[in-house]
Amino acid sequence: MSRWHRLEGVLALRFLRRRAGAPQLESEQPEVVISDRKPATPAREAVVAGMLFLAALLFAGFVVAYALSASTQVLGTSLACGLLLVAASLITAGKLLVAQKVMDEPRPPVASPAAEQIAEAGDGLSRRRLLGIAGGAAAATLATSSVVPLISMSGGVGGATGESPWRAGRRLVDERGRPLKPDDVVVGSFVTAFPEGGDPRELGSPVVVCAVDPAQLRPAPGRSGWDVNGIQAFSKICTHAGCAVAMLRYPLYDQNEPGPALVCPCHYSTFDVLRSGAVEFGPAGRPLPQLPLRVGSDGALEAAGGMSGPVGPAWWGISDT
Amino acid sequence: VIARALTALDRRTGAGSLLSKALRYAFPENWTFLLGEIALYSFVVLIITGIYLTLFFEPSLHTSTYRGSYAPLTGSHVSDAYRSTVHISLEVRAGLLIRQTHHWAALVFIGAIVLHLMRIFFTGAFRRPRELNYLVGATMLALAMLEGFFGYSLPDDLVSGMGLAIAYSVAMSVPFVGEHVARWFWGGQFPGAQPLESRMYILHVLIIPVLLATLVAVHVLLITVLRHTQFPGPGRRERNVIGLAMWPSYALRSLGLMFSVAAMLFALGGLVQINPIWQYGPYQPWIGSNGVQPDWYMGWLIGGLRLMPNFEPSILGHTVPNPFFGGVLFPLVAFALLYSWPWLERLVSGDCAEHHLLQRPRDNPWRTAFGAAFLTWVLVPFLAGSSDRIFVSFDVPYRQQIEVLRVLWFVLPALVFVATLTLCRHLRDSDLRPLRGWTGRVVSRNDEGGFSSREPGP
Repeated sequence: MSRWHRLEGVLALRFLRRRAGAPQLESEQPEVVISDRKPATPAREAVVAGMLFLAALLFAGFVVAYALSASTQVLGTSLACGLLLVAASLITAGKLLVAQKVMDEPRPPVASPAAEQIAEAGDGLSRRRLLGIAGGAAAATLATSSVVPLISMSGGVGGATGESPWRAGRRLVDERGRPLKPDDVVVGSFVTAFPEGGDPRELGSPVVVCAVDPAQLRPAPGRSGWDVNGIQAFSKICTHAGCAVAMLRYPLYDQNEPGPALVCPCHYSTFDVLRSGAVEFGPAGRPLPQLPLRVGSDGALEAAGGMSGPVGPAWWGISDT
Repeated sequence: VIARALTALDRRTGAGSLLSKALRYAFPENWTFLLGEIALYSFVVLIITGIYLTLFFEPSLHTSTYRGSYAPLTGSHVSDAYRSTVHISLEVRAGLLIRQTHHWAALVFIGAIVLHLMRIFFTGAFRRPRELNYLVGATMLALAMLEGFFGYSLPDDLVSGMGLAIAYSVAMSVPFVGEHVARWFWGGQFPGAQPLESRMYILHVLIIPVLLATLVAVHVLLITVLRHTQFPGPGRRERNVIGLAMWPSYALRSLGLMFSVAAMLFALGGLVQINPIWQYGPYQPWIGSNGVQPDWYMGWLIGGLRLMPNFEPSILGHTVPNPFFGGVLFPLVAFALLYSWPWLERLVSGDCAEHHLLQRPRDNPWRTAFGAAFLTWVLVPFLAGSSDRIFVSFDVPYRQQIEVLRVLWFVLPALVFVATLTLCRHLRDSDLRPLRGWTGRVVSRNDEGGFSSREPGP
């Protein structure tokens, strides 16, 4: 009984849809060819053939150039000129040789009974909702279990984020592993140093060591004595986005110019060298972590403690304590 | 021969009627319709040159001592990725041509997509029933940018490493999950994590290209199902398309465009140096260079990061890192606006009807004004992305540039919005054609010797 009712309903629906769609179909016309010019002449054909022959010559030239291991410029030019001639011949042929057929094409109506056909599958089912929920549950859990194994991509390389290998007593060495002496750092320049025996590629390793006139220093509270006669060490990794702080601004003669600062070349975070690496300009949210320095018994620079804070860019769980 | 082959195919597949319909497909002619084709043909060049590069590139961060032909690098410890890319560039015959063409093609690919998107936006081609295809296109833009970034991150040179350092920081900056997500995708901490290289490689040479190719197919299929849009003109109505038949004229012209694009890209690849990684050197975390600029399509993100003031808020003992605002929030808002525009516009205009006839930008002043303001909003950070180069080239102090651009980021879009709205309304109401030049009348003499005059028309 109810099935017949439903069938009636579907039929009525279809009838209505067809009625609603009718005006669209009426306005549809067969496609019309508005013009069909055929512009080819023997001379034009010869020009196109000539261009293609010339292109063939250039492609052959590319092969010869390759065999002779010619320069990138010769290879590129021969290939580009050949391609350009093919392009020119195709466009010429398209415009001046073949038929120029301009069409007036009807736009097909965008309506389909597919949705109805699909919905018909549900006819005769009484517990659709239950089946839908069960199917949805299976689909969702299948999707989850096909994604979950991707968690294995997570690796254990590297220690805790922001950690640094610097400890009190660790000597500063240059790129070749030679210990750094206070005399190696000239006022107005900087040296990159690493913890002796450490991995230089670890984010917490590289420090930038720079020297200024000690009388000018205005260290942050608790950091007086972290320098060795004006020589200070800061983490070389920018606290904004992890690039190397690779530039030192050092005014040479004009005392009115802004003072010495370490600058990151990626987003130009500028860290004040005289004020313990405080952010002077740019997007960095934290000062450069500072490494307290002292001179060891052998006269080389060494760390007097750990870094003043986490090294590198910040994250949600960072704490400056 | 072709005809015989087609007949044979038709007998076995019955594809003939479909093909004959496709051959008569009408292409409305307008030069702006070619921007999407330029993107498509750049993609073709990218795939061909990319396949060639995979034959030589080694996606591994395993290091060895460099013993190749480039003397300045001799003795330095370099990764397989870097060594093989230098090898392609300096020792493989035609390798540099292919590599540089691949890089140029990527720049042109994304440039063409952006221009195509602008054309679609400003002419209202995204309106019903084409919203779906608009979303497909916007997704391709996002994928293409990601694909390009992975591409120039693969060689493990200094630019790659600096870009990845920033990408890692941006990933870390996401609240709650950032640190875990970054370590998960990189397979450890950057720098040092080895798995990233092979993951980027498979994404760059297989997963994203296949996604892009699939979306290209969907994009083209949806176009052919709905037919092209067309500008209004004599005989052009909502229910028809007037244009050049696909075969033979349009197909030849379009293939001509494909070869033109390829010719231009190979000319660039052969004559204009790009990304000379042997000069940059291998990436070391402690080395940075200030002459480095990323590919152009990253400029707005670099600028977004640079324009942020020194601001890193802490909420209940947790920190929202600064790169989150310029590197995550800014592009998210931009793409959210892009994706939702067809529906936002419908909210404003209430227009739910199907549209197959295009509009001129002036016909819809609100949309054009919004688009112009949006572009300005993206262009200001783009300028900040090259502020350091502007400083070097024109001696405009960097800091002042950034301070001015920070203000302009908010002020200029509003000004551009009002100016564009006013201009569009004026143009629409007066129907001026400032770019068409001559606005006189055409006078012609008929066979009887009389004269008649009419408006200049197409």
